[in-house]
Amino acid sequence: MPVRQIVAMVRKDLQLFFSDRRAVIMSFAVPIAIASFFGSIFSGPSRNAEPAKIPIIVVDQDGGTISKSIIDGLQHDKNFKVTTTDVDAARDMVRRGRTSAAIVIPKGFGDAAGLAFFSRREKPALDVVFDPSRSTEVAMVRGILTQHVMESVSKEMFGGSRGRQLVDDTLNGLDTTSMPEDRKKLLRDMLTSVQGFYRQEPTQANGDGSGGLTMPYTVREEPMTAGSNIAYNGYAHSFAGMGIQFLLFAMANLGIEVLLERQRGLWKRLRSAPVSRVTLLTGKTLSGAIVALMTLWVSFGFAMVVFGVRIQGSVLGFVGVSVACAVMAATFGLLVAALGNSPATARGITTFAILIMVMLGGAWVPTFIFPAWLQQATLVVPARWAVDGLDAMTWRGIGLSGAVGPVLALLGFAALFAAIAVARFKWEEA
Amino acid sequence: MLEIKHLKKSFGSLVAVDDVSFSLAGGQLVGLLGPNGAGKTTTVSMIAGLLTPDRGEVLVGGQRLSGDTDPAKRRIGLVPQDLALYDELTARDNLRFFGALYDLTGRALDSAIGAAMELVELSDRVKDRVKTFSGGMKRRLNLAAGLLHDPDILLLDEPTVGVDPQSRNAIFDNLETLKRRGKALLYTTHYMEEAERLADRIVVIDHGKVIANDTLAGLQSRVAEVGGVRANLETVFLTLTGRSLRD
Repeated sequence: MPVRQIVAMVRKDLQLFFSDRRAVIMSFAVPIAIASFFGSIFSGPSRNAEPAKIPIIVVDQDGGTISKSIIDGLQHDKNFKVTTTDVDAARDMVRRGRTSAAIVIPKGFGDAAGLAFFSRREKPALDVVFDPSRSTEVAMVRGILTQHVMESVSKEMFGGSRGRQLVDDTLNGLDTTSMPEDRKKLLRDMLTSVQGFYRQEPTQANGDGSGGLTMPYTVREEPMTAGSNIAYNGYAHSFAGMGIQFLLFAMANLGIEVLLERQRGLWKRLRSAPVSRVTLLTGKTLSGAIVALMTLWVSFGFAMVVFGVRIQGSVLGFVGVSVACAVMAATFGLLVAALGNSPATARGITTFAILIMVMLGGAWVPTFIFPAWLQQATLVVPARWAVDGLDAMTWRGIGLSGAVGPVLALLGFAALFAAIAVARFKWEEA
Repeated sequence: MLEIKHLKKSFGSLVAVDDVSFSLAGGQLVGLLGPNGAGKTTTVSMIAGLLTPDRGEVLVGGQRLSGDTDPAKRRIGLVPQDLALYDELTARDNLRFFGALYDLTGRALDSAIGAAMELVELSDRVKDRVKTFSGGMKRRLNLAAGLLHDPDILLLDEPTVGVDPQSRNAIFDNLETLKRRGKALLYTTHYMEEAERLADRIVVIDHGKVIANDTLAGLQSRVAEVGGVRANLETVFLTLTGRSLRD
């Protein structure tokens, strides 16, 4: 292998890279800035900070004990910021996107819910008007609302004055229902016991807020990171994602540089020298891979110093994944050089291709929000393997074994890109 | 020193070069003339190894040129029509890179850079970035880059396009110096006065074929004298290739 020529090509490409201030800024500063921004968004709250609250509106058309209890529960929930207003204003605010959802408690809801609690009477509807663009938040609203409604209705039914009245009404109306006799008897026995419970514990039942159904379990949450004492650092993921994105941009630029060299006649000079095609492509790939590796490591170095990102997994694995990413990106640059007709068209097409690739690779948003089929489909996207591999070696804290799959996949993509580039490279210079 | 034998090259249905043959000796400058699209650049590209001929061969010192890494390619220097230089690098860094492609290193490379820059009278600008050079200086540096590895044969594809008379004259002086040193020069141009001044032989090519290969005097003798004055090369050229416009 003619090392001297390859070294000369690498040195020249590095000189050119560092002589172009825009390229340097694009490669180092911009990914750091954007990854810092995304990291701050997706890191979640710090240990001392309050979580972001979901803004919701509650419209109380009922005005009863149960509805007031539901609103009180929602207002004291750490996940919500609750305001109350009338139904027209609530719908308008949801439409304008100023709040995620509006919950309308219709007139008679409390009584109807209480009666439906023990019998098969028609269940009252609770209207939830939501912003379809914030469906994830709405799913959360739905779940927490269920908890508060169940607690409020059951508390009233087992301890409140209105609950006593509803139990009496239910007992009195039991004979008129279409319920089978054996079930009627069981319900009558249960409600009679409830009445006995009321008579025995009048003060406690009315006053201290105890009683009623509560969640029969609590949730103990554990973020699964590299270790029990290690908090999730969202910057690790954002720097992986943005690092890959800008690494691909830098290497696409390398491919476009080849097209520009061709336009400027430089490729004629290279081809007229007694240098093999393999040497020329190896030199280009090597210089590209070095620039790519520098880009990635400078970004991660910044993240380590400023945001406390750590390689919780294998350092060797991190190096392996980084090198595989760099080689893959460099061969992607060669592909651009081989398939591009002109710098302008190549720039447009590669920008589109890279943005799609990194989006599907989970660089912008986690892939779990994609449909199942798309999550499977993204396995053919190299950016997905790159991000997964870097995540595994940083915040997930997986050992060397976690790097093997991504490294093999990325090198496989590199081999594929290189093979296509070699086959399609335009060697003839007219 | 350089023999071109029956070269042929087609691009699809277009036959760009068709059975072109001529030769070039050391210390000789051959002017390769022809209208636009005649096949001059395609011929030069095949000699330089940029294009693979469909047929025919290029002999350098009697040896057939074959393959990208043929050592005989070291005997050929190319000065392309484009300013094939890296604007962002200094003149020295450009030449260091091009020299390294020919395996020049260390003192040999420094010495070659010094000699080439001295020839084109740019020694005082060796540390300056090429983007600060004038068009004429870039042309001279383009020539220096082709000379760096001291080739026996120099292929010059319209090396004076867009330069002022001073730089053009400087380039002519350089080429005459190279001729005196025994280099074989193949020079394509559209400027007839350049060929008249420099060329020992002139090859006229049109529609991919060689239509004349002679000395200036030989070509002039093909056209009748007007008023006892010999026709100039432009008249000869137009007589040979016709006056119809080309693409």
